[in-house]
Amino acid sequence: MIKQKLVLRFPPALVEQPVIYHLVKDYDLMVNILRADINPKKEGRLMLELSGSEANFRQALDWLQEQGLRVMNLKQQITWVEERCTHCGACSVICPSGALALTRPEMKVSFDASKCVICELCLRACPARAMETLLDEVK
Amino acid sequence: MSVQRTFEEINEKIKSGRVVVMTAEEVLDLVEQKGITGAAAAVDVVTTGTFGPMCSSGVFLNFGHSKPRIKMNEVYLNGVPAYAGVAAVDAYLGATALPAADPANRNYPGEFTYGGGHVIEDLVAGKEIELEAFAYGTDCYPLKKIKTVFRLSEINEATLFNPRNAYQNYNVAVNLSDKTIYTYMGVLKPHLGNANYSSAGQLSPLFNDPLLKTIGIGTRIFLGGGIGYVAWHGTQHNPCVERAANGTPLYPAGTLAVIGDLKQMKPCWLRGLSFLGYGATLQVGLGIPIPILNEEIMEYCAVKDEDIFAPVVDYSHAYPNREGGNLGLVNYKQLRSGEISINGTRVPTAPLSSYSGAREIALTLKEWIISGKFLLARPAAPLPSIEAGISLKSLPQRGSE
Repeated sequence: MIKQKLVLRFPPALVEQPVIYHLVKDYDLMVNILRADINPKKEGRLMLELSGSEANFRQALDWLQEQGLRVMNLKQQITWVEERCTHCGACSVICPSGALALTRPEMKVSFDASKCVICELCLRACPARAMETLLDEVK
Repeated sequence: MSVQRTFEEINEKIKSGRVVVMTAEEVLDLVEQKGITGAAAAVDVVTTGTFGPMCSSGVFLNFGHSKPRIKMNEVYLNGVPAYAGVAAVDAYLGATALPAADPANRNYPGEFTYGGGHVIEDLVAGKEIELEAFAYGTDCYPLKKIKTVFRLSEINEATLFNPRNAYQNYNVAVNLSDKTIYTYMGVLKPHLGNANYSSAGQLSPLFNDPLLKTIGIGTRIFLGGGIGYVAWHGTQHNPCVERAANGTPLYPAGTLAVIGDLKQMKPCWLRGLSFLGYGATLQVGLGIPIPILNEEIMEYCAVKDEDIFAPVVDYSHAYPNREGGNLGLVNYKQLRSGEISINGTRVPTAPLSSYSGAREIALTLKEWIISGKFLLARPAAPLPSIEAGISLKSLPQRGSE
């Protein structure tokens, strides 16, 4: 079994393809959609968690890439630029998944990328703008 | 009182390397062990710190004269306007100033990615700053416009002058409405979704000298990573609010105007901030040494988060409409725990002021004093305190009489 969070980026021509259907039907994967930005005739992105057998998972990734989708590891999508962080902690009540939190008693901000669901709320809620995303280009 | 010390005696101990300094956090354990008198006898100076957003901040600049000369009438630094209604090549850049082209809240909530606070951070970081200025031209100052670049080291003066810093206590902001609001207290989620506060509590300078018995005009302080001074009481200084038995105010109270040479400050302690839907500002690192002149002063410095209270205020309606009132008082221990209870509802809390930053400032100031490079300055004059009879004025809207 493998379980992994991914970002799928769709070129405009593929946005209307039933990609999820094939992942479930042809590769027997469980799909948990975390977030989707899909618009007709525009580049789309889908953040999801895939789980299933390792062999099916690898074949599905190959198939996705053959279709022209870009597959990225979700963990790398939001980054914490620690040197810009002033450790105020304003993010800690905005982050819905607990990825951003204040450690106590140190009162320092910590970022656990594995908990991040790429909601992107932190990007603008952080007054020091210490959170960055690679996804900006999609907008 | 059995313990008595003067500023001069403390400075002699600093010079001879015998001074004992603790931060306002470290001293709490000592007071626990030795009591007030024991701690007062053992410690000469308690250092404090705070590192929060402080909008009433800015810098006076003198660029030096161009050839030919110009009497600058409009000044822009990296596109951010500075106030030029002073002498020819002087200007004041405020932390909240925004470029004319900033969409502000036209695209609500606005992002305010670059404002005066960010220019100040870039200046201190030694980055090249674009200066654009316009003038009407005079016989003695013929040039009408100039566009150039400079670095902080290349201009005559850069004097940080913050008319209101180091607020002694502040509101805890919540949102009772049914939509998210964007405030200077951060993003507030609807239906008491979060409670944001902004004070270093037990580490905060004015909570450790609540009645301003040692801090006055001329007090030497840590400012923006360098050395600065208390210049005056801050704007909206309101020392006469209700106080707890330990002297700490239950509401926003005293403030400080502070001044210092920007050229010796550090960008990590002067940080440009962008408050979503509100504006740009500056996060200022500020620390004040409290001389333990006697046991009374040590008792003030022994104040703990659980003994300092702040009012919970609704920023969706009561605050913007200046209706007054609050949803109760909570203490800073509760606030710092990450959750408070408001009318029986559990509400997650978040600080806007960096507690770990405040701790680092207090520790840095302690090191400076121990190493002998920072002497305490006896105030030239006291600041207005509880006996001053100050009451905060509001702004009525009326026609001329």
